[in-house]
Amino acid sequence: MGKTVAEKIFDSHFVDNPSGDIHVISLDAVFCHEITTPVAINDLVSRNKDRVFDPDKIKAVIDHVTPAKDSKTAMQGKILRDWAQRHNIRDFFDIGRNGVCHAIFPEKGFVRPGHTVIMGDSHTCTHGAFCAFAAGVGSTDLEVGILKGVCAFHYPSTIKINIVGKMPAGVYAKDVILSIIGRLGVNGATNKVIEFTGPAVDAMGMEARMTLCNMAIEAGGTCGICYPDMTTVEYLWEFIKDKYPTKEKAFEEFKKFSPDPDAEYHDVIEHDISRLEPVVTFGFKPDQVKPVKEMEKTKVDQVYIGSCTNGRIEDLRIAAQVLKGNKISDSVRGIISPATPKVFRMAMDEGILKIFMDAGFCVTNPTCGACLGMSNGVLAEGEVCASTTNRNFNGRMGKGGMVHLMSPATAAASAISGHITNSSLYRAGKEL
Amino acid sequence: MKNFSGKVLFLDKSDINTDEIIPAKYLTEISKKALKPHLLEDLQLNGFAQGKDIQGKSVIITRANFGCGSSREHAPWALEVNGINMVIAESFARIFRQNMFNCGMMAVELPGRTINHIFQVFSGKETFIETDLEKNIFILKADGLEEKAGFSISDFDRSLVAAGGWVEYADSKY
Repeated sequence: MGKTVAEKIFDSHFVDNPSGDIHVISLDAVFCHEITTPVAINDLVSRNKDRVFDPDKIKAVIDHVTPAKDSKTAMQGKILRDWAQRHNIRDFFDIGRNGVCHAIFPEKGFVRPGHTVIMGDSHTCTHGAFCAFAAGVGSTDLEVGILKGVCAFHYPSTIKINIVGKMPAGVYAKDVILSIIGRLGVNGATNKVIEFTGPAVDAMGMEARMTLCNMAIEAGGTCGICYPDMTTVEYLWEFIKDKYPTKEKAFEEFKKFSPDPDAEYHDVIEHDISRLEPVVTFGFKPDQVKPVKEMEKTKVDQVYIGSCTNGRIEDLRIAAQVLKGNKISDSVRGIISPATPKVFRMAMDEGILKIFMDAGFCVTNPTCGACLGMSNGVLAEGEVCASTTNRNFNGRMGKGGMVHLMSPATAAASAISGHITNSSLYRAGKEL
Repeated sequence: MKNFSGKVLFLDKSDINTDEIIPAKYLTEISKKALKPHLLEDLQLNGFAQGKDIQGKSVIITRANFGCGSSREHAPWALEVNGINMVIAESFARIFRQNMFNCGMMAVELPGRTINHIFQVFSGKETFIETDLEKNIFILKADGLEEKAGFSISDFDRSLVAAGGWVEYADSKY
């Protein structure tokens, strides 16, 4: 019987089968940030087990609240920083070099096809875009990952989503994934891996694929996975060129993790995007999705562009295309947070930051901050935010605030008009 | 092993997420105790009065997909410091469920029809649940009513509950 991507990865990392379908697998990388890791570190210290399984396989970043906003967040950063130093964790990214974890770690080439990755962060599913098995875990799983380099999961069952049809102009990966979550529901992929495949995914760059996989968790999915192809190889080439004689050889190697033709799936879904319109969420759950045009009367107080979903250079380029030559509404506070220093620098060099600033946006440093209501753009009670992030839960960006999730194009257009609106890049019925 | 019997808090809503269980702004707390007053602070549910309803409860019974959203283990911890060591639901989000057992707590699934029945019979009444881990039976009691419901948890989850969590288990084995 053939295997899915996740089955191949699990079988190549098998450590133990303690009972039932529980598989303990070895980890190629354990990612850490300053919110969920300090509690794991403190617990290891208190158990007299302050060790790490392999300092080169642990990558750490301060990203959620940076610069620290108060003594508590400063202490969280300090615990992570001191720990990285005493265990010789070389890939530790502090202020000035830090970015949103799910943007900076791929950018550094840390994730490869066939890898296993855990992190104490639910959006770890993002890294499946590289054909890896990457899953969010709690602090205890993280702690064991740090200590032993293993993690336990149910043997994976997979839903394959075949995305067909040509992407209409002005419609983006964010619209695609929101439409998929709207279809599956917030519980539709719980305990399942999602393979995203089909011509629409083949045509996407790595950044769009990361946007897609990033929100697999919003349908309950353990991990989103894309198949490796030359796009994957091109993105990783600067990090792997010493390992493979040619790009084709690298692809041949990576292809081993593509699913077998006779792999068995929990479900196979065809998702046609040829008539998809830009969409937006309307409630407190990410599966509450409507076309933008049905939400056009909704006024917004703040527009936030950034996060592990949509804070990469492609996202900024799209938003800048919409903003160029325009001013944002007087009633709107615009905040843009490039997801990493590299994205920030590219946006600067390409003149994108100037476009944002000319339009009236505030440019902040890379941080998760506002997305989860921790810093850099918390909402007041009763306020509405048009946001390129991934969660619209009640209170997510501030108690009593309302979050509408959307693409960077729709967010930029909404900043200009002061209410939710389609971008000038979208023209109904017209193909790219 | 923790205590899995006591008074029940009924939460008649599906998809209660971890931001509702414990908002992100409290994730800067280093001690679990500090989470105590903020459990379910952002939950919007008709008739639910946060402080009064949580006080003295040991078990939550709720609907589908409890604990969806963020991976924060602060969600089980916020329950734990309020004396709630078990949640019974129609289904759970994967990470939350695993976090519960990793902490030596229990997240037990019952079929939707059983959950429906329990809500119909017991919701709104002061209900006490007794958990028999040897016979795998819950005994629910309220106003002279008594009903039993069988449950199952995997051997692996059971060993985590018995060991008091995943760290000691894994360190001795791998």
